Amino acid sequence: MKETPLSNCERRFLLRAIEEKKRLDGRQTYDYRNIRISFGTDYGCCIVELGKTRVLGQVSCELVSPKLNRATEGILFFNLELSQMAAPAFEPGRQSDLLVKLNRLMERCLRNSKCIDTESLCVVAGEKVWQIRVDLHLLNHDGNIIDAASIAAIVALCHFRRPDVSVQGDEVTLYTPEERDPVPLSIHHMPICVSFAFFQQGTYLLVDPNEREERVMDGLLVIAMNKHREICTIQSSGGIMLLKDQVLRCSKIAGVKVAEITELILKALENDQKVRKEGGKFGFAESIANQRITAFKMEKAPIDTSDVEEKAEEIIAEAEPPSEVVSTPVLWTPGTAQIGEGVENSWGDLEDSEKEDDEGGGDQAIILDGIKMDTGVEVSDIGSQDSEEEEMIILEPDKNPKKIRTQTTSAKQEKAPSKKPVKRRKKKRAAN
Amino acid sequence: MEEETHTDAKIRAENGTGSSPRGPGCSLRHFACEQNLLSRPDGSASFLQGDTSVLAGVYGPAEVKVSKEIFNKATLEVILRPKIGLPGVAEKSRERLIRNTCEAVVLGTLHPRTSITVVLQVVSDAGSLLACCLNAACMALVDAGVPMRALFCGVACALDSDGTLVLDPTSKQEKEARAVLTFALDSVERKLLMSSTKGLYSDTEQCLAAAQAASQHVFRFYRESLQRRYSKS
Repeated sequence: MKETPLSNCERRFLLRAIEEKKRLDGRQTYDYRNIRISFGTDYGCCIVELGKTRVLGQVSCELVSPKLNRATEGILFFNLELSQMAAPAFEPGRQSDLLVKLNRLMERCLRNSKCIDTESLCVVAGEKVWQIRVDLHLLNHDGNIIDAASIAAIVALCHFRRPDVSVQGDEVTLYTPEERDPVPLSIHHMPICVSFAFFQQGTYLLVDPNEREERVMDGLLVIAMNKHREICTIQSSGGIMLLKDQVLRCSKIAGVKVAEITELILKALENDQKVRKEGGKFGFAESIANQRITAFKMEKAPIDTSDVEEKAEEIIAEAEPPSEVVSTPVLWTPGTAQIGEGVENSWGDLEDSEKEDDEGGGDQAIILDGIKMDTGVEVSDIGSQDSEEEEMIILEPDKNPKKIRTQTTSAKQEKAPSKKPVKRRKKKRAAN
Repeated sequence: MEEETHTDAKIRAENGTGSSPRGPGCSLRHFACEQNLLSRPDGSASFLQGDTSVLAGVYGPAEVKVSKEIFNKATLEVILRPKIGLPGVAEKSRERLIRNTCEAVVLGTLHPRTSITVVLQVVSDAGSLLACCLNAACMALVDAGVPMRALFCGVACALDSDGTLVLDPTSKQEKEARAVLTFALDSVERKLLMSSTKGLYSDTEQCLAAAQAASQHVFRFYRESLQRRYSKS
């Protein structure tokens, strides 16, 4: 679906509001929306909500052979997907620009900053290393995908536990989660992206733009930072020209925001850890708020299946036997078989009656004697069609069009639904 | 509302389960459903069955590409995305099953030359995934206000090597089972809309009857969750 265009009056309204330091949702210039982090039952699964923007993150691992030029390092793979439910405009072919930009930014932020210790992912140097795969799915697009995605990625990586491996000489033992507790990844620091949207050629700045604000912005500055105030990645797009002190100011703001967000993440991780240790209930089911009118839960429900056998007998008794019997195939020559008889050739009768073609018994016969080339028949028809007729409408789309094409023209007329032969006849008369 | 369902479950536990000859606990796992949780899609629902969770979003009736347009009814599209990796053939086949079920109930002729898109995202898979997808799709279609002739639900059951029937199997039960059957049933007469089975089994009708009994609970769950949302009290 095409993106609904933003009307001029809405654009003007948003820009005027920003000039007066007002945002549509009532936030201040440097305010973030509410961040909510919830975890699933398996390790490495989390959903992050930044306002209404929602991202699902999942980390998985696999033992593979390492890259040839990095024999002692594990492999990190990131994949951000813009699901079609996130916005009507996200269709498989259409989102490539945005997708590439976001994926590249995620990679630079997480891989190039070396936040994960890849050396610790090595099991047997040159032979087996862990490949950590981070899959991020955008579920709802309300602006600022990159921030939500970076938070989801780092939370999922911190939450993930990989199976324990022990190497004794030549022997490598991989323990299942039941045998030995899985081991967390070794993470040096947590880089988090902070986005700044610029309006009116850099005059006005907003942190964490939502979808409407993103549509009217001139340019975007993304700074990835960790809580030690180290910049991991910085990217400015949109062609805006920023002054040095603007960039410095943004990095200071980013430092403050990242500290807050990191604290929130650590608290969420700690809470989840505590609940799992105490044996309490965890997972997405618990994060559905009870008080919401749109949410509903039902406890485990036992089903009484004692009368299943009687019911089964009833079903068999009430069921009708299959109506048509498929006749046995007749082999004409090797490679040529016929199943069923097909309908009678009624070419001669078509002048008087509009015969409704029924499906007859079982499968229709593909009568192969006297067949013309498919393409030949088609081309000639199309040629005459264009000159005299308007488009042919196939009234019954369930009829298998393949069958119609493989038969001769005469067979075509008899097999096709009633309207088709009528048109064909008119054409023939006109041609004559 | 929730306290009432809780007590109902207790009463049933006292009377019902002991007499089931089929097996140790023929029961459905804990269900939860949240509707309208995403702001962009026209309708959305998150359906949880135990630890299996699927998020569905519906867009429609909306603009359709001319190549996919059907002149007298709506074009229904189902997209299923797995959590890890790229979608493969298994997802394509599940998409087809769900699409056929939806096409049987959605009144497409009321919206000709439009498209209704159902997007499903697997949030976690712990058994009975196809059934959970069907339930999420139905709740999302209801939330979007798409006209349907009936509601539908998915019920999965597994037959283990001694022939014991287990409803709503977990992934462990599915792996150890001899056969896994998933049925889609409609709400008006509990008729069968779709069935997808794998494995070796001979008593289809008994599984179907058990699924019909289970679907009663699922439809009651639908009704109660919608009543909670739309009732004035």
